[in-house]
This record gives sequence, C-alpha cells and structure tokens, in this order.
Amino acid sequence: MLPVAWRFGQPSPLPGFRLALCGTLLWLAVIVLIPLGGVLLRSSSIGLAGIWEIATQPRLMAALRLSFGLSLLAGVFSLVVGLLIAWVLTRYDFPGSRFLDAAIDLPFAMPTAVAGIALTAVYAPNGWFGAPLAALGLKVAYTPLGIFIALVFIGLPFAVRTIQPVLAETEVELEEASATLGATRAQTIRKVILPPLIPAALTGLALSFARAVGEYGSVIFIAGNIPFASEIAPLMVVMKLEEFDETGATAIAAIMLGVSFAMLLVINLVQAWTRRRLGHG
Amino acid sequence: MVESTIFREPMKRDRDVADERPLVRRLLIALTVGLMAIFFFTPVALVFVEAFRKGAPAFLNALGDPDTQSAIRLTLLVAAIAVPINALFGVAAAWAAARFQFPGKSILITLIDLPFSVSPVVAGLSYVVLFGSRGYFGPWFAAHGIPVVFALPGIALATTFVTFPFVARELIPLMQQQGVDDEEAALTLGASPWRMFFTVTLPNIKWGLLYGILLCNARAMGEFGAVAAVSGRIRGETNTLPLHVEVLYGGFDLAGAFAVASILAGLALVTLIVKTILEWRHADELAISRRR
Repeated sequence: MLPVAWRFGQPSPLPGFRLALCGTLLWLAVIVLIPLGGVLLRSSSIGLAGIWEIATQPRLMAALRLSFGLSLLAGVFSLVVGLLIAWVLTRYDFPGSRFLDAAIDLPFAMPTAVAGIALTAVYAPNGWFGAPLAALGLKVAYTPLGIFIALVFIGLPFAVRTIQPVLAETEVELEEASATLGATRAQTIRKVILPPLIPAALTGLALSFARAVGEYGSVIFIAGNIPFASEIAPLMVVMKLEEFDETGATAIAAIMLGVSFAMLLVINLVQAWTRRRLGHG
Repeated sequence: MVESTIFREPMKRDRDVADERPLVRRLLIALTVGLMAIFFFTPVALVFVEAFRKGAPAFLNALGDPDTQSAIRLTLLVAAIAVPINALFGVAAAWAAARFQFPGKSILITLIDLPFSVSPVVAGLSYVVLFGSRGYFGPWFAAHGIPVVFALPGIALATTFVTFPFVARELIPLMQQQGVDDEEAALTLGASPWRMFFTVTLPNIKWGLLYGILLCNARAMGEFGAVAAVSGRIRGETNTLPLHVEVLYGGFDLAGAFAVASILAGLALVTLIVKTILEWRHADELAISRRR
C-alpha cells in the first residue's frame, strides 16, 4: 500500500476500499444524482417565482391538493389498519398466520399497472365490490375514493413492516407487570404497548406517504383522471411531458422532489430521536 | 371468505394477563383476514379470473400476439441489463459501507436509498431532461446516432434508477452483522484480496445477495411509471410488459390486458414464494432489518 500522509477514513486491514467507494460514487452519480440534479437545474431555470406560477394554476393546484391530501389520509388509515394487522400477526399464532404474514408484501411484488387495472375492475360499477357498493349509492372507481383505495393497497405493507419488528421486541413482562399492578387491558395497551410504537408508526407513515405521493401505476387506472376532480400530481408530470412541456413537468417534479427530501429528513430525524431516547449514542 | 380453520382452538399459552380474551382475539383475527381478503386477495384473484374468462385459447391467443411477444422480449432484456449492473454495484456499495469507516458514510447510505423516495415518474422525467431532444446531453447523443429517450437505453436507465437500492440495502446491514473476522482470517492466512472475496465474502452473503436480486428483478420487470415517462410507448418496439398492459387496457381489449397482466401477477407470486422460502430457510443469513 502506498504511504500516504492523509487517509480518507479510518485505517483497515481489508482491501478494496478505494475501488468499492469510487465505483459506488460513480454509479450513484450517473444513475441517480446527475439525473435528479438535471431536474433541479432545469426547474431552477424558471426560478421559484416560475415554479410558484405553475404550481398555482388551478388545475395543478387541484391535483397537488388531491395527491397530498389523499396520501396523508391513506397513510393514516394504513397506519391504523397496519397496527391491527401487525398486532395480530406478531401476537397470535393461528393456522395460516405465516401465510398472511408472507402475503403482506404482495403490493411490493405486484407490478403497479397490474394492481391498477385489477383494483379498477374490482371497484368499477359492474365489478365484484363496485356493483354492490353502487347499489348502495357509493361510487368508488373513477372518484377520489378509488384513489384512496389504491393508495391504501400500496401503503399498508409499509405500515405493517415498520411496526412489526418493534412490536415483536416489546417485552411481555412489562404488560404482565402493568396488569399485576391493576391496570385494565385497555390501560395497558394505551400506556405500555402503544408509546414505544410511536417512532416506528411515524416512520411507517412517512414512508407510505412518500410512496403514495409519487405513486402512478396503481392509481391512474382507478382514478379516471377527471380534471379538477381525480387527477393526481404524477399524472400531471406525465401529461406535461406528453405535451412536450418539459419545463412545466420539471416544475411539478421539483415540488414532488422537495416533498420526498422532506420525508427522508423526517424519517432520519425520527430515527435519530429514537436512538437518543433508547440511549444508543 | 374466512376459512373455518382459523377458528380452531387457539394455542394454549401461559401469559394470560397479557392477552386479550379469546373472543376479542378471534374477532381481531377475523378482522385481519377480512381486511387482507378485501384489500389484497380479491384484486389478485380477479386478475386470473379475468385472464381466463374467455377460456385458455383466448388467453394463449393474447400471449401469442407479436406485440406481446416483443414486449416480453424487451422486458427480459431490460431486466437482464438493470439487474446484474445493480447487483454488482450493490456488492461494491455494501463492501464500502459495511467494511470501512469514513466521513459521510451515513449520507452515502441515505443517498443509496433515495430512489425509493422519488416518484418513478420523476425518475423517468429526469432522463428526458438529460437525454431528450432538448435535454442537456440529448443533442450530443442524437448527433452521434445514439437514441436514448423513446429507446432501449432510456428504458434500461429508468429501470436501473428505480431498482438501484435493492441489493445494497439488503447487503449493508447483513455484512455489518456478520463482521470482519472471516475476511481478516483469510487475509492473515495469505489469501489474495480477490480470493478472499470469492471464497469467504461471497459465500457468506450469497442468500442475502439472492434475496436482493430477487426483489430487484421483480421491480425491474414490473416497473411502470418510470418507464412510461421515457418509453414513448411505441407498440412492438418500446413497450415493456406493464406498458403493454396499459395499451391493451386503453384499447378496451380487457381479455388481452388481463392475460398479459396475469403473467406479471404470476411473476409477482413466484417472487413472493421464493422470497418467503428464503426468509424461512435462511433467516440467519439475511439481514434482520431487511423489511421496509
């Protein structure tokens, strides 16, 4: 090894650091950083005022409001349902529980376009669920409610998979102590079981929200894409692109990237906060 | 619907005070099964029912269509480009991040995860911004006769972007857990760096690597949004399988759309089964924090 006056990083007997790091950085730059930098550069060419002007066009405003609002709603709903599913899967041993546990990852594995047309067919006015719901006067497909259903499909695994490991680590002894000290089961759940889950729940919410805001394939089929009613932000990017309005597309993309970065920051802050609370460094 | 087997007598356990009453427990289990049936199982079942609604001949007819065949070939080709490249990169990234301490490491790991937080549509758009006819590098590539957007390179790049983190994010925690003892022993015993890598490191991480490649491949073959933004959807030329599903669906060829969708759904189910088998058989050779 060459004698160097200053080393990048701490010394290690293992070889290949420079090769691996340089390869990684090169690949990261080519595939991720330069393209995203291009989007930011292109959108900055019209300035914040330009982005604001595009973002406040009524049709786009409606799409952004729908995307962010529904993503948050779907995230919160996924969190509640995900908590229930995670609880049942980690706490109760019943025939088929392992099968259900494996099936949680179905939305990760299923191509979004397939999920999209399948959900649309299920909730269409003549679909398996759509027909009975339509008889009750509830229209799901081609309305924001349909988008909500698709976003829950996409978001549920995030909620379950972030809560599950934390739930599995909780100590039953604490619950027993709580019960022995006279707490009812409901009190134990509220005061002993739920508080340690808050960081994981926030992380799960942020992950499913970030995914939902950017989700395209599973949403556009069931959304119906009616201007001012059921258009989502990613669809507006594709539409601008198809109109060869790259600047407009990058402006919307910049807003969405801003939200992605904010979500990443939230996740990292929550995790740092958890580590501090648990006293690891 | 709820299978009756679920309601067999619950297993006896000895932590009664920290448990719900059996009735509550059964209700919660039934609720979970019901919710999963509504949200997950019904749509998947529908894909296969619709695909075979008009019988096997119609199904095979839809798959034998030249445009479908071309979409299958393109999808396989794109996966064959994106997956090995990302596997190679993932191993390099894991080696750097799990074996060495250096300033900025946590930033690097966050950046590796970044593609999961970016909308696939934005990922696709970013390559149009770079390589489109009015893009930063587009004119140069056009002048040299290399089409990127609306062609294979753009589709492969967009797919590589969205599948970028899968292998690295599986291997980094796994290699951190495993520690450096084996590798240091191999070096002490005189192995060359590459020999150490192929006889010690690679066998140690093989199941984790396979796990990452499996997920990477499923996403590569199923990606829709990112590819939609760069492909231009030229039928028979730049349509991948998921895009072909959209084209057929948009043309009101529902039987064809669901036939093609059923191949992709089948791929997803196989992926899920292999993934589950890996998790059951080789749990100790996979990263504990593998799930996101």
